[in-house]
Parts: sequence; structure tokens; C-alpha cells
Amino acid sequence: MSRISTRFAALKEQGRGALVTFLEGYDPDPATSMAILRGLPGAGADVIEIGVPFTDPMADGPSIQKGGLRALKSGATLAGVLAMVRDFRKEDAATPIVLMGYYNPVLSYGVDRFCTDAAASGVDGLIIVDVPPEEADEVEPQAKANGLDLIRLVAPTTDEARLPRVLAATSGFVYYVSITGITGTRSASTADLAAAVPRLRPHTDLPICIGFGIRTPEQAAEAARLADGAVVGTALVDTLAASLDEQGRAKPDTVRKVLDQVRALAEAVHGVRKAA
Amino acid sequence: MNKPLPNSFRQGPDARGRFGQFGGRFVAETLMPLILEVEQAYEAAKKDTAFQAEWRRLLTHYVGRPSPLWYADRLTKHLRAKAAPGMGAKVYFKRDELNHTGAHKINAVLGQILLAKKMGKTRIIAETGAGQHGVATATACALFDLPCTVFMGATDVERQQPNVFRMKLLGAEVVPVTSGAATLKDAMNEALRHWVAHVHDTYYCIGTVAGPHPYPAMVRDFQSVIGEETREQMMAAEGRLPDALVAAIGGGSNAMGLFYPFLDDESVAMYGVEAAGKGVETHEHAASLTKGRPGVLHGNRTYLLQDEFGQILEAHSISAGLDYPGVGPEHSWLHELGRVNYVHATDDEALAAFQLCSKLEGIIPALEPAHALAYVLHQAPAMPADKIIVMNMCGRGDKDIFTVARHLGVKL
Repeated sequence: MSRISTRFAALKEQGRGALVTFLEGYDPDPATSMAILRGLPGAGADVIEIGVPFTDPMADGPSIQKGGLRALKSGATLAGVLAMVRDFRKEDAATPIVLMGYYNPVLSYGVDRFCTDAAASGVDGLIIVDVPPEEADEVEPQAKANGLDLIRLVAPTTDEARLPRVLAATSGFVYYVSITGITGTRSASTADLAAAVPRLRPHTDLPICIGFGIRTPEQAAEAARLADGAVVGTALVDTLAASLDEQGRAKPDTVRKVLDQVRALAEAVHGVRKAA
Repeated sequence: MNKPLPNSFRQGPDARGRFGQFGGRFVAETLMPLILEVEQAYEAAKKDTAFQAEWRRLLTHYVGRPSPLWYADRLTKHLRAKAAPGMGAKVYFKRDELNHTGAHKINAVLGQILLAKKMGKTRIIAETGAGQHGVATATACALFDLPCTVFMGATDVERQQPNVFRMKLLGAEVVPVTSGAATLKDAMNEALRHWVAHVHDTYYCIGTVAGPHPYPAMVRDFQSVIGEETREQMMAAEGRLPDALVAAIGGGSNAMGLFYPFLDDESVAMYGVEAAGKGVETHEHAASLTKGRPGVLHGNRTYLLQDEFGQILEAHSISAGLDYPGVGPEHSWLHELGRVNYVHATDDEALAAFQLCSKLEGIIPALEPAHALAYVLHQAPAMPADKIIVMNMCGRGDKDIFTVARHLGVKL
């Protein structure tokens, strides 16, 4: 069983929802980013998404755009992000890691080589935002051959006719985009969150995580209550950004501030008791 | 001899929206259902005679088509005077700068706005570089009483003030985009992001033959009116097809429109002229086909200016309309097949051509076709005098006089 399946199965057994965190790799610099990554499992992250920085992130709002540019300025590359995962794996063999990003850096690295290297580095799943199921043959054979889950986004615009096709192309977990929009620009309402499971559950047994628009511990808890997990990204990137000095450099308390927020989110998410 | 099948260059795209390996639909899931809806609506519109008749009516009575095919006599003589004896091709201009709004952009905009109305969309968004596509879209939206938002890089807002004011006069909202280098690429990112958040009521009117399928094919089809007219007008004027076609390439919509109807005429050579900025040997140019390599951006696989890690590079050109690090996917395909020759002209060459054309023909070209003309100045003298070149004069230069004055050190 993959790390992702194992983790969700264990959470289900404990009657808990998952906290999935997102931060850009190398934001604001490799050392700080690595320190945060190392601290995430201890702070309560159940699944870790690492953003692979790209110059033109089409589905991201201003916060994650800026995070990506800070990361690129500090030298982020796909190879560098894979190296971070390898370092992380030396200490943590259990926490699933998902790389999230856009296709062009992967294409440039070489899809075959990337999937081989990602699996060897300890990556468990991929979210490639701009490769929809229609273009899945670009990456699916290589990802499958290397045991990497391909996690797909399902949006409010994904209609009933299309849903089975999207879900059939998904493994690991389903990422439900709770708002019609880009990351971090609008807060999801309870009604937005509540729409996810009734729409998706008839079509899939995979765990369902809700993201895009979840900022607070209350929202995260609500998402975890309604679905199998909550994804928080922009709120963490905002906290990181607010902790930097005028030149955009990390300050001594940057790592602590981000991890404190993860702890608060985790406490709320894990406080929700679910039927095992 | 193994010859390509008839029509082989005119069969794209395939069902996946691909021209060979190029094109496709590389968008986030939120947009995917809408892209499919646009495709369906466009396929229906193609066969809808009422739709086509309405578009043609607008082209005739609102845009002023057909645009003339002009024999540039003085320019031809000027080039022959410097050419070897018996050399110096006849140069014609396809005068799309005479269209309402001053460029070819309006051809495809009117088609897309009619489509948006057919789809029941009530808001229009667009990206723009030089502002020509933004002006065309704002114009069509005024005509059809649709709210219009144009995304424009803040850098371009600065250097294209007259067009910004025009768009506002036409009732459009102009949103300056400050991310990245604040030029056309960033305007397109922002338009796509806005569209993701407003898919239910909004149509994205793309200005060039790029973006996810069906945009490259759709914009090409609408712009093909340029090549269809040229073919007819050339038969009337000379009784034969031209020997060479020349057009500037940013995203490549005016070039695709001129080239497409001639792609299967083997005797017709084609030259797409990219912007070489300060030179293709420098880092400041916009020559994606000459210096880039295939990648995925803005919904399609195509040639892109990118670094070794797949990060997109900033393009540079004196022409805001060519200042884009990608190119339409069909051009990438035609480039690899060798059907079209992709060449380039620098900022300085375009500036020289801009001035020469103004003085010799009484036509102030936009900086975009000034790049095409720069190549004509080089190519025509190398061709025998009985050969014919058609260059697409795809826009007029009124919008560029401030930029040109600045480069020439003139204070207005």
C-alpha cells in the first residue's frame, strides 16, 4: 500500500480527518523551507504538499504567485525540490509527500526521468495543475510505472457527465476545489464545503480532501468533518510572507510562526471525531 | 516521389486540438468544462449559416472588408534600384491596417463576440499587448452592449497610452497587471485567472492563435478571411498566385490568417518574421521559434522562450504586440515541417522599415508589420523581378508614433 493510502486508512481507523498543508519549496530560501518541511509532521500535518515553483502559475492567486517568485529567486528548481524530499525522507518514512505544480518544469526535466527520480526521492503523489484528464497520457504511464499517485482536482464546474472520467483518472485522494476561482482569493462558505462529498462520494471510494479557500482552523475543521481532509495553502504562505523582513528574508521566528499556525489547524482538524 | 497528401497542411488540428505534437488543452480542471463548451459552440457555429452570414455582414459593413491589396510601386522601384539587374520582386501590401480599429484583430473578435452571445455569456474579457486586440474587443463590446474587461501589462499600459484611452472611451475597464514583467504574458495569465473565477457568465476573447484548443483553430479560421481575399485579389490583379507571403509573428494570428488558405499551394513560399529585439544573439528578443524550444504555457504546447529548468523567460521587442515568449501551436508545427520559414528582424530594422514605408508609400505601418517589412526589404531584392511578394500590413502605426519618436530622440 502506498504511503498515501496507508495514511488515510490509519486516520479513518482513528476516526480523524487529515490536515494537508501546502507551501512552495524553497520559499523564502532553501534552509528555511527545509526547516519548515522537517517540522510539519510534528506540528500535525498528515499529508504534505510541496509546491514546485513556476514563473506562470495560472491557477494561483497573488500569495502563492509571490511565494513562487521568492522561491525562484532563491534558486528553486525541480531537482532542488526533489533533493529536499530526499533529505526529509532520511528522518520520516511515513508522511506522504505530494508535489504540486505546473507541467512545463516537469516537461523540461523529462517526464520519464522526473517520475523515476521523484519516486526514488520519496515522493508519493503528483498534482500537475495544467494536465487535465484529456492530456493524461502525457504523464500517467510514467507515474503509474513508478508507483506515483496522480491526484486530480475536481472543481465546482466539473459537471456530472465529466466527473466519472476525472475520478477514473485519479488515485491517492481526490482534491475538491471548493470555490470557482484561483487559490486564496475567496473564502469557502459552509455551503461550498458541504457540496463536495454528496457530489463525489457516489462516484469514488477515494479519500476526498477539500481545498482552495480554506484559511481558518474553523473552516479546516468543517472541511474535515464533511470530507476526509482539509488542504490549507495560501493562509500558510501568507503567514510565512508576513514574517519576512523588508528584503523578503526569513527572520529567526519564521519557521516557528508557520509551524504554530499548522499546530492550530491540526488541533482543529484532529478535534473532529468521525465515524471510523 | 513521395509527396505530401493534398490538403495535408490544412487538416489540423486533430480531435485533441493538436497540430502534430503541438497545441492541446493544458488547463486547470475548473476551465476544462468551459473549454469543451466553447469547442462545441464553435463547431456548431461553423455550420450555422445564419452565424456565418452575420459575421460576414459585420466584416463588410462595420469593418470595411475586403481590405485592398495594394501594389507598392514606389517601394518596389526603390528596392529594384538597389538590386542586381533583373532582380527585385513586386511587393504588394494586404491592407488590413485599413480595417475599422486599425488592425486585423477585429476579424476574429467579431466572430468570437457573436459566439459568446450564442453561448449566452454576458461579460467579455480579453488580454492585450499593444492594445490593438483590447481596442477591437472593446469596440465589439460597445457595438453589442456587453461589459468588457481588458487585462493589460502595466508596462504596456505605460507605453500604449493612446490605446488605453481608446478602450476607456469605448466603455471598457482596463486592468493593469503588475505581476511578472507586466507585459502580454502576464496579462494572459491574469485573464485566465479571472476567467477561472467567472466561468459561469464570462467569455474569454483571445487575441491570437494560441491558448487551449479550440482557440488556435478558431482564431485562425476567422483570420483566414485575410488569405482568402488575398488569393482572390491576386488572381484578379496578376492572374496568378503570389510567390511569397510575409507576415510578422507575435502569437501569429495575422500570419496564420494570411498563410492558411495558401498552405497547400507548393509554389507559394512563406516567411513568418519574429521580433529579434536587440538581436537573437542577445537575451532581449521575442523569437520563440528561432531561439526557444517546445514547452507548455497558456493551455498549449508550443515553442517557448524558457530557461534550462522550464521557467518562462521574458520576451523583448520594441513592438508591444510581438512581446510574447510563445507562439501559436500551428506555427510550431509548420516550423518543424518546414512549410513556413521563420525568420526575424530587430528593433532597429523594424524602425528603419517603419520610416521608409511612411515616406515611400504614405502608409505609416504599425511596428508589428514593420518587422515583416524589414524582411521584405531584405528578401525582395534577392528575388527576380517577375516574382511577387505579398506582405500583410496588419496594423497601422498611429498607436506607435510616441514609441518611435522616443527611439528617434524626438520630443512630442
